[in-house]
Amino acid sequence: MHCVRKEYKRRGLNKEKMKKSKTSVAPKKKLNIGWFSFSCCEDSTIVFTELLNDHFEEWEKIINFQHMRVLKRNNSLKNLDVAFVEGAIASTEQEKELKEIRKNCKKLIAIGSCALCGLPSGQRKNFSKEQWTEIEPLIKKFKQKKNMKQLDQCVKVDGGVPGCPMTEAAFLKALESILKEFNIK
Amino acid sequence: MKKDLNLTVQNVSKIEGHASVGVKVKKGKVEEVHIMFTENKRFFTEAMRGQNYRSLPQSTARICGTCSLAHTIGAIKALENALGLKPSKQTTALKHLTMNGLMIRDHALHLYLFGMPDIFNKDSVMDFTGVEREYLKDAFAIKRAGNNLSTIIAGAAVHAPFPHVGYFSQVPKKKDIAALKKELKAVRKKVFPMLDLYVKYERDYTRNTQFTALCGVKPFNFLEGNIRSSNGKEIMQDNYLEHLEKVVLPYSQAIGYAYDGETYMVGALARLNLNKEALLPETKKDCKKYLKVFPSNNIFHNNLAQGIEIIHCIDHSLKLLTMPFKKEEEPKIKEMKKVGVGVIEAPRGLLYYKTELNEEGEIVRGNIITPSQQNQVNMEKDIKQLVQKLIDKGEKDEEVIRVEIEKLIRAYDPCISCATHFLKLKIEEVE
Repeated sequence: MHCVRKEYKRRGLNKEKMKKSKTSVAPKKKLNIGWFSFSCCEDSTIVFTELLNDHFEEWEKIINFQHMRVLKRNNSLKNLDVAFVEGAIASTEQEKELKEIRKNCKKLIAIGSCALCGLPSGQRKNFSKEQWTEIEPLIKKFKQKKNMKQLDQCVKVDGGVPGCPMTEAAFLKALESILKEFNIK
Repeated sequence: MKKDLNLTVQNVSKIEGHASVGVKVKKGKVEEVHIMFTENKRFFTEAMRGQNYRSLPQSTARICGTCSLAHTIGAIKALENALGLKPSKQTTALKHLTMNGLMIRDHALHLYLFGMPDIFNKDSVMDFTGVEREYLKDAFAIKRAGNNLSTIIAGAAVHAPFPHVGYFSQVPKKKDIAALKKELKAVRKKVFPMLDLYVKYERDYTRNTQFTALCGVKPFNFLEGNIRSSNGKEIMQDNYLEHLEKVVLPYSQAIGYAYDGETYMVGALARLNLNKEALLPETKKDCKKYLKVFPSNNIFHNNLAQGIEIIHCIDHSLKLLTMPFKKEEEPKIKEMKKVGVGVIEAPRGLLYYKTELNEEGEIVRGNIITPSQQNQVNMEKDIKQLVQKLIDKGEKDEEVIRVEIEKLIRAYDPCISCATHFLKLKIEEVE
């Protein structure tokens, strides 16, 4: 591609050297992770993509982003070490998906307020009778649960990163502890 | 011989939120395209009722993590109009800076991390090698600058605590402004290689449609102006709802919209098509070769428009950051019971807020219309044209059709968390 070649030149880069740059540090063992979202605003996903600004190079050496729809198309659920799950569970279909994730991961970490407490996504549980009358036809039409569930009401949860959205520091601390547990340096 | 096809793509990747598409093909003709935003409803419009007006901007920010700041500012604008508040020059500047930070971060996320793998034929940025990695470094630097701009001005890049109805509770410190200006200047030059890439990597998604955006102010910004369409029609923000018709899509959890009976597109492409002369002189000068592309009916140019907006936001912010900032006070409210409309440009286009208050300052009812809802019908028409072209060319590989549909959808940079959340593709071919 013409502009790519020009770009090498503009940046004063050697193509062969650059090709090698990614694989120069071969990892011995990586943490296989998945990142999933259910009913939520995906604010913690955005915080995660912002964490990549400073941690991408370090993480790609020790983490295999095996399932991450927000960043890649080809994803695999099999044999995950850790599943990070954001959002509350709003339907039987979502509950089934969550159980499938649970079956395929060694640890499941609830990310953010909706996953840990079901709120604010599940705010309808605090609605008045009048408000319920308004939303009930839609709940039925789209086969949603009357009340959304936090993750531990559906599956075993091994830990959580609180916040709305999760704070960067809390996630980094949780990740550090997981890496230690899986003996990945 | 034509055979029945039943294709499904679940969860279109590299977009915000989740969606599915159903395509029905009969005798070689695409008959039906359904985009299904099947995000489970969280009923934010219903939850507005009974809330004190002060809590609304924080509450509706939770509609969407990526467009959070747009929801905060949109809600504030509607409430300020309802309460008859005219924000000061400084408050307005802080709002512009908040929106600029959001645009820089959000556009960079889409252009580099979501869109660029399509250009390099890679699944994701994690597969980037060689010079592709240099673009990725640029991406992180630009995203970081946008993030820092939002954090210093609004308190956070997601669910920001400083913006309130009529004022900002904190203003930026001198030393932070100095660092910010330095950072913005440093990343500005990093944007151009990406613009070169998008202007040279051409995909044709051309189809005639209407483009609608805020218009008529200089320099162009995301908060002010009337609503103008590419057919020349111009209306006041307050009247926008009167021109919108709901298009009920029974298969989707979001409602689509038509504007005066026609499908239309909102977003960066619409903004650039209608506002390229209103960009700042330095932006126009340095983006001259990219601006030649506009006006354009090719949805792929939405990417290029986003890239140019990053430059515009940097230039606009550098100007705004020269003003002295003084501590702000919460304004006194004279009368609560009123209706207010606020229309702003979120990253993906026009975001409409309407709030009605009672004497206690509680929301009696409200309405929110998000950009991706407005683009839903237009996207269906574009997908229909794309799939028809592929079938006419004899494309039989279902996976190729899936991938091409995903690329088209990504050009829109839709936000399904806003519109609602979920994408399956079903293609049914009937002999």
